[in-house]
Amino acid sequence: MVRAEGRAALIPYLTAGYPTLDASRDALRMVAEAGADFIEVGIPFSDPLADGPVIQRSSQVALDAGMTVRKALDMIRDLLLPVPVIVFSYLNPVMAYGVERFTADARAAGVSGLLLTDVPAGEDTAIEQTVRKGGLDLIRLIAPTTVDRRLAEVVKGASGFLYLISRLGVTGARTTIDAGADRMIARVRAATTLPVAVGFGLATAEQARAVARIADGVVVGSALVERLGQGIESARALMVELRAAVVR
Amino acid sequence: MRQTKAGRRRSPRSAAAKPASGGRFGKFGGRYVPETLMAALDELTRIYEAAIADRAFRSELNDLLRTYSGRPTPLSDTPRLSDKVGCRVLLKREDLNHTGAHKINNTLGQVLLARRMGKRRIIAETGAGQHGVATATACARFGLECVVYMGEEDMARQGLNVYRMRVLGATVVPVSSGTRTLKDATNEALRDWVTNVTTTHYVIGSVVGPDPFPRIVRDFQSVIGSEARSQMLERVGALPAAVVACVGGGSNAMGIFSGFIPDASVRLVGVEAAGEGMATGRHAASLGAGRPGVLHGSLSYVLQSDDGQVMPAHSVSAGLDYPGVGPEHAHLKDSGRVAYVTATDREALDAFHALARLEGILPALESSHAIAWVMGARWRAKDTVLINLSGRGDKDVAHVAGLTGARV
Repeated sequence: MVRAEGRAALIPYLTAGYPTLDASRDALRMVAEAGADFIEVGIPFSDPLADGPVIQRSSQVALDAGMTVRKALDMIRDLLLPVPVIVFSYLNPVMAYGVERFTADARAAGVSGLLLTDVPAGEDTAIEQTVRKGGLDLIRLIAPTTVDRRLAEVVKGASGFLYLISRLGVTGARTTIDAGADRMIARVRAATTLPVAVGFGLATAEQARAVARIADGVVVGSALVERLGQGIESARALMVELRAAVVR
Repeated sequence: MRQTKAGRRRSPRSAAAKPASGGRFGKFGGRYVPETLMAALDELTRIYEAAIADRAFRSELNDLLRTYSGRPTPLSDTPRLSDKVGCRVLLKREDLNHTGAHKINNTLGQVLLARRMGKRRIIAETGAGQHGVATATACARFGLECVVYMGEEDMARQGLNVYRMRVLGATVVPVSSGTRTLKDATNEALRDWVTNVTTTHYVIGSVVGPDPFPRIVRDFQSVIGSEARSQMLERVGALPAAVVACVGGGSNAMGIFSGFIPDASVRLVGVEAAGEGMATGRHAASLGAGRPGVLHGSLSYVLQSDDGQVMPAHSVSAGLDYPGVGPEHAHLKDSGRVAYVTATDREALDAFHALARLEGILPALESSHAIAWVMGARWRAKDTVLINLSGRGDKDVAHVAGLTGARV
């Protein structure tokens, strides 16, 4: 990622269309300006079972305001963001749009990778092949419960980077990071040379600093979305703190 | 030809269509879940397959079903309903189980599995509260901690069942997200499982969810079909012309159908809830009006918008009020082995009253959909129709009274 600069990549997550379509555009521009290295854009789904209350709520607000897969891709295309965009979503809206069509349109909009939280590695090889053939990185999750044998399978078809879930549970800010995180990262590094980003539950600059020492990337979602609910300046302030924290 | 073969004793499991490979029924099913759950699903598959091959496990479960739940449940003839329908109609009396519905067949089995895995915390989702009560009951029997997720809207509609669960020692957690019904209670139960997966077993209540749940629940419910098939042969001396069951998630239907799937002469009919009418869009007919999609961990038919967002379902019966359906039903629909039809709220309510007046049996509003469809269909006088009466209607009496403006 940005190993050469001696720091970890900062990867903010934002829900497309939250709090409004216009404010969502401004927020995406803001995080790019404030030093994001990648941006994860969440395309909202009505039943986000891997997400905690903050992202559930932001998804519902965005859907109520009329956000769709098409509008999210158009927004990403029109913004011409200076950093790579990863789409984070669930299979059903992508399937309803058409996986092949989605991959092509996402690529055309400048998206570089796709993470479908409910498509674990190897579960649906047809979908995985379509995504890869279409030129998107297939970002895969690794959990604390992923055993070594399965870890080998997960890293085999992955590209871009690996996304390590820092602890059991859904997305959402927590106050501590799991003590086992460095051991997990060591396990992943033994299995692959791909960069490793850590997310799920990271909220503060202090946590980001701790994770940046051991991982290649730090993903912050719920905490940022919550700040955005209070206003873009509040979200910007958190981005600035996080950006300063990921320096090793 | 079928009749002679029919007399042979078969193991109940051979009757059910096993998922081909990778936990799929045709293209449906699978494990569309966050990576965190994959290890638990592998463990559950391993433990389950070992358990059903273990004579001691089967004998303990059968013993519980007999001495605790009251199995086998009888087949009842319905002389006065039969007159009205124009052919012989029999009911498989799952309403006579302990806790008043078929749900206990599955919860006893799954709680025994949890014990084998050494997990002492049980979670469940519930809509009307029947599965929640059956889970709380099984947990009380084995001294396990029980947490039940229930939509706030359902809690308001089913206050009695909420209290029953609490009396049984369960914690009922209100779910206020989304439509505040069964769909959202299931999301919340899955979120709990993702968080506490190492200590907790999720007792899912229907033939839905990621593999291996649809086949575990089907197999635990297949006791309905295997009993009913032998009872038909014993009582009537022939297999029925048709077997009819209501379908929400579809566990009672899979349970009874699984006994008859290899019997090509037997028509299998699943009745979904048409709510206020299919044309109004306010219904719960996932197979009748949905499209293939992924909800709660498996690929099946889902009520959804063009943009792939899950739509709220509607039915007078909380147990059918679900926008998805078990993946094996999706496969049985596409293969043509089962015909899926619908009955409206109005028709189900009429059938509820009809069965009460004609036979002295109060059916659950869910099961009333199956009765309604049979009452409205055309039969030959020589036909015998078997309906799965999946639960009793006592839980619905206050709701029905409210709808008819009666005071209770």
